Amino acid sequence: MEVGFIMILPLVVGAMLGALVLVWWERRLLGFLQDRLGPNRLGPFGVGQMVADLIKLITKHDWVPPFADRLVFTLAPVAIVAAMLMGFAIVPFAPGWHIIDLNIGLLFFLAMTSLAVYGVLLAGLASNNKYSLLGGLRAAAQMVTYEVFMGLSIMGVVILTGSFNMSEIVRAQEDLWFFIPQVLGFVVFLIAGIAEAHRAPFDLPEAEHELVAGFHTEYSGMKFALVMVGEYLSVILTSAIIVTLFFGGWLGPDFLPPIIWFSLKTGLFICFFVLLRAAIPRPRYDQLMSLGWKILLPITLVNLLVTGAVVLLAKG
Amino acid sequence: MATIVVDGVEFEVDEGQNLLHACLSQGLELPYFCWHPSLGSVGACRQCAVIQYADADDTRGRLTMACMTPAKDGTRISIQTETAKQFRASVIEWLMENHPHDCPVCEEGGECHLQDMTVMTGHTQRRYRGRKRTFENQYLGPFLNHEMNRCITCYRCVRFYNDYAGGTDLQVFGSRDRMYFGRTTDGVLENEFSGNLIEVCPTGVFTDKPFSESYTRKWDLSSAPSICAGCAVGCNTFVSERYGRLKRVHNRYHGELNGYFLCDRGRFGAGFVNSTDRIEHVGERVEDDFFDVLDVEVGIAKLAEMIRQGDVVGIGSPRASLETNVALKTLVGEAQFCTGMSSAEESLVDLIIQTQRATSADIPSLSDVESADAVLILGEDVLNTAPRVALALRQTVRNRALNLAGEAGIPQWQDAGVSSHAQGRLNPLFIASVLPSGIDDIAADLLHDVPLNLADCGFAIAACIGEATGSEPDFVRKAAAALRSAQNPLIVSGTSTRTRAIVEAAGAVVAALESAGKVPRLLLVAPEANSFGSGLIGGGLDMNTALQRVASGSTKTLIVAENDIFRRAERERVEQALCTVENLVVLDSLDTPTASLAGLVFPAATFAESTGTFVNYETRAQRFYCVFEPRHEIAPSWRWLAQAATDAGRDDLGWTHVDDVLEAVAASPNMAGVRAVAPDAGYLGSSLCKTPRETPRFSGRTAMNANVNIHEPKTSVDEETPLSFSMEGLNRDQPSALLPFVWAPGWNSNQSVFKFQQEVGGAAAGGDPGVRLLASGSIGTMPARSASVRSDRGGVDTGFRLIPVQAIFGSDELSSRSPPVVERSSAAFMIFSPMDAERLGATQGMGVSCSVLGATFAVTVDAAMKSGYVGVSVGFTGAEGELPDGLIGLAVDPNYRPTPNPHDRVIARG
Amino acid sequence: MISQLVSLWKVFLHLFASNETVQYPSKKKWWWSKPTKVMPYLAPRYRGRIILTRDPDGEERCVACNLCAVVCPVDCIALQKTEDENGRWYPEFFRINFSRCIMCGMCEEACPTYAIQLTPDFEICEYDRNNLVYEKEHLLINGVGKYPDYSFWQVAGKTIFGKNKGEAQNESPPEDVRSLLP
Repeated sequence: MEVGFIMILPLVVGAMLGALVLVWWERRLLGFLQDRLGPNRLGPFGVGQMVADLIKLITKHDWVPPFADRLVFTLAPVAIVAAMLMGFAIVPFAPGWHIIDLNIGLLFFLAMTSLAVYGVLLAGLASNNKYSLLGGLRAAAQMVTYEVFMGLSIMGVVILTGSFNMSEIVRAQEDLWFFIPQVLGFVVFLIAGIAEAHRAPFDLPEAEHELVAGFHTEYSGMKFALVMVGEYLSVILTSAIIVTLFFGGWLGPDFLPPIIWFSLKTGLFICFFVLLRAAIPRPRYDQLMSLGWKILLPITLVNLLVTGAVVLLAKG
Repeated sequence: MATIVVDGVEFEVDEGQNLLHACLSQGLELPYFCWHPSLGSVGACRQCAVIQYADADDTRGRLTMACMTPAKDGTRISIQTETAKQFRASVIEWLMENHPHDCPVCEEGGECHLQDMTVMTGHTQRRYRGRKRTFENQYLGPFLNHEMNRCITCYRCVRFYNDYAGGTDLQVFGSRDRMYFGRTTDGVLENEFSGNLIEVCPTGVFTDKPFSESYTRKWDLSSAPSICAGCAVGCNTFVSERYGRLKRVHNRYHGELNGYFLCDRGRFGAGFVNSTDRIEHVGERVEDDFFDVLDVEVGIAKLAEMIRQGDVVGIGSPRASLETNVALKTLVGEAQFCTGMSSAEESLVDLIIQTQRATSADIPSLSDVESADAVLILGEDVLNTAPRVALALRQTVRNRALNLAGEAGIPQWQDAGVSSHAQGRLNPLFIASVLPSGIDDIAADLLHDVPLNLADCGFAIAACIGEATGSEPDFVRKAAAALRSAQNPLIVSGTSTRTRAIVEAAGAVVAALESAGKVPRLLLVAPEANSFGSGLIGGGLDMNTALQRVASGSTKTLIVAENDIFRRAERERVEQALCTVENLVVLDSLDTPTASLAGLVFPAATFAESTGTFVNYETRAQRFYCVFEPRHEIAPSWRWLAQAATDAGRDDLGWTHVDDVLEAVAASPNMAGVRAVAPDAGYLGSSLCKTPRETPRFSGRTAMNANVNIHEPKTSVDEETPLSFSMEGLNRDQPSALLPFVWAPGWNSNQSVFKFQQEVGGAAAGGDPGVRLLASGSIGTMPARSASVRSDRGGVDTGFRLIPVQAIFGSDELSSRSPPVVERSSAAFMIFSPMDAERLGATQGMGVSCSVLGATFAVTVDAAMKSGYVGVSVGFTGAEGELPDGLIGLAVDPNYRPTPNPHDRVIARG
Repeated sequence: MISQLVSLWKVFLHLFASNETVQYPSKKKWWWSKPTKVMPYLAPRYRGRIILTRDPDGEERCVACNLCAVVCPVDCIALQKTEDENGRWYPEFFRINFSRCIMCGMCEEACPTYAIQLTPDFEICEYDRNNLVYEKEHLLINGVGKYPDYSFWQVAGKTIFGKNKGEAQNESPPEDVRSLLP
């Protein structure tokens, strides 16, 4: 099991840059979807906006509320970002382009997303603010719930592949992307992924209308930036994993190199995430929970059962 | 109690009342105009129509006027039935036909009963497209605006003005739909209670003229409960402010005292608070008439140094609060403290307190006064010294009609029936006074004489109550007979003639009635808002001794708190004392002659800017609250004194809040009750919040001071009182001493007062405020008749004897510096008998000069004046202080030019 | 579920719709080109800067009734009534704190005389908040604004200079109260 140390630096830098670009791109795309322009004043197409935002966030007063738990308050955003970055370790960007080719890659991804919950929960608790606490509690409940279907929904893929290794999963899709046989798994994973990334429409932990800004109400400056970076990293990561598991990862016609295929597919899903934010309103919290337990859980279980049965039958 | 059914719901109501009264007492909403709890029902406006059902099976019912229908047991009515609602909507539509489109430019707008009732009945669209009837307005004097177009013909104004207050110059003219409420010609409305028309009129026909000059809507006023500083009755008022100026005084309902009405001195006499003569900074005299403004700390340090040096005499004031007086008394010690009343006045107030203590007769509240059935007024001109008592006495006399109606089975509220049944029969009122007064028209018999003879008359009545000899004068015999045959006889007297014997005579009459087995009541009037408070506090020095001591040079420092000494003793005496003393320190709100002689002046807060306690004639201690924060360095006098004393190293005046001073006040003799007068600053009530001074609709918060400071500083927190300087809090369920304004949803006008009463016209919701400091019962001995020195009457050759004459507008120090009262008051005058005037060669309108008083007076001739005596307007220029004893020479002043009477001019109609 | 997908699709189509944005105050074709000025269309009833208008006779329309002040949700209007020698009411001072104003137009709606009006001018930014406090001399214009013919005093019952009792619209001449004619 060799570790691709060379990949670490480019990946970290790339992921962070990606998150930064995403800040601008999301606003731009949202603007277009809503018949607006979005940020367009600074630099060509407004790309200067992200630099301006960065400068603003860096130069902001690094403030910790006096009533907050200082240590945890400071560490929580770091935990979020760290967990997300760790998740990238098992993503195969192209044949051999990965940091580590774990045999239990998929489980590692699930483990990392679970860890990110702690960041959110601790941020909410450490802020010592009622809105933050409520946001943190919602985040915990939501993520624990959707963790279940997330894990279950990709078990179909694992059954088809017979492996947790990400590269092998990609290779197993050379004939048919798992999106076709595992359409139910894909849908559930997509929804669970949005919920795990607490993106709109499932951004209940930070629901502005009720909770000010939820778990990160008290955050500002770079700590706030880290929280946001964590969210965008999670968007990128979820898109990358969807592509890897259901859309053949780097696979594609030969006229483009695999890394480009992978990036294009991932970018498409990132755009889809933005479209979701533009189009779908936020459900009520109880609706979110009942969607999870009453609809998604049965679907995944049926999916798992059918996939298992088909595979067993096919093996004869 | 009776049970009535309103819209299917049963209510327990008072059987003696009409349905309107009963419904309102139960909190039901029923519109009305002509009915007033104090004026009764006449059924003129047809606005309170309801459907009355014969029994439970009756579904049609018939239309009746609630105000004219008794609340009999088993009455079934409906307010909400569509027929009744439609009828009421039609009535208001008719009333509104000619009502002008004036609300934006009407002073009543926003607190208009007509607006409220129009909204309540749901009349929102004017269908009438015809021409509107119009009227010319009249000039009614400095107090009232007249705008007849707005009249809805409810007749309340004339019913109050003529029937209730005994006025004669407001009438109703015209026929059919051109009823005109006004005077025969333009001119001042003469009655002393004309200001109540502002509150009685349900719309904007009569509005407050001084208020209109710097008008503010009711919702924009911040108000606090206050006590009138005009006389010793202590009427409860709402005092309102905006932009740092006192805007108006309104009546605050008190079930036992002022009820729904105030006198004009009280209503319009508070304008001195806005005076340009206000002292606003600490000042030190550098040369004659020139003061340097000092830093507050420097001023206090200077006063502290004087206190440290010792040898301080303090003169308090009967127009200052108990708190200020006690602070000064604590500072200088009892032996060096003078109450600030003139010697004569103080001995009279002491005598009054002694008399009230000794007799078991109750001191009557004004509602007690109204329930008396025979009255003797002995030597007191109540209409001019305690005007609200005179208004109560009018009701006392009129109440004969109620008794008669009761015998005849006519309901008490049936105003027209009651008065026509009585046919003008009145309860007996006997007036023995120096001069005719404004309530002579209701007197059963009159006696005009000089004070000592009035006292003799009083003693004769006392003797006659015991045993009639048959040789008494007519007046004495009739008065004695009336008092003896009465159930609740009432004796009214007071200090206005400065004659001890008169008060003693009043005491003798009461004693005689008591021994005749009656339960009499004794009402003794003192001149100022806190005269009784000062009397109860007492001091070691009386005014003349104090001045003598100061004049002898043995005193280093004299501190005068809110007092103009020139009004308390003869001029020479005062000048001598004030010019001798090394340090004269004056704390006052207005620039007075005393203040202009002072070496060190401190700006004192008026009743509107400070919180304190006054003691009224009933020895009822009542709290007035700071309405607004004073400008500049103005602060309550007790605070200046306490700060300086603390600076000087004293540890017994370390007071920071008015509640601390109140502790000290309560510790002094007779004063234990003052703590119970009103809750302390920590009071929050059941809703756990302060009581707001501002209404919920208060506007302009972020713009009022934006020209000074754009940053909207935090509203100051009132640590002194349970009231807040903002709109935060609830005006609900608090003790009524804390009621800052009346307003209820749908009831924006002052008619909403019934929402703050236990029942309509009853006690205030939280109990009528105030605590009596003296319990009734006999303590001590009745003062014996002192030997009065009889001096010869004067004459043109030998000089005249002066008798003090009081005037409602002008005799009182503070109110006579309020602009509308100044406009209404006359020049200083002297009243001669026709014979003396003729022999002096003076006629009405000429002037006589008095060298002793150093002033010229307008001549008035009155046939009731006894020859050899002259009535002098006290409190006016030249006669501010005590009048000299002995014979005073007078001469016609050929250079006298009468000041043109401002009311002679007729202001352009409109 | 279907409706969610439909809305996703419909929102997606908006990607190809033209933009509504007006690039006030200036617009560039490309990021390197020179900016050209842009002003959005503002309807006549756009709620911008507040003015006080005058009657057709040239006098102040405002009668200082305080209704605008009381209806103002942010309490940013303060005024004091005074009157001239003929009884016409007008404000002694009239102050709007524009740093608080939310341009809601309630004052205009409440005004019984059409004196206070909102105009389509929204460019009232200042570097110093003090300059956003407008007094009467800043607010009062020499014109009638909207409702050019309306004159409150011609329908009100009070007398002012040039209009005695009975001379307003729909008023009959003052009654002679001494007449007893039916």
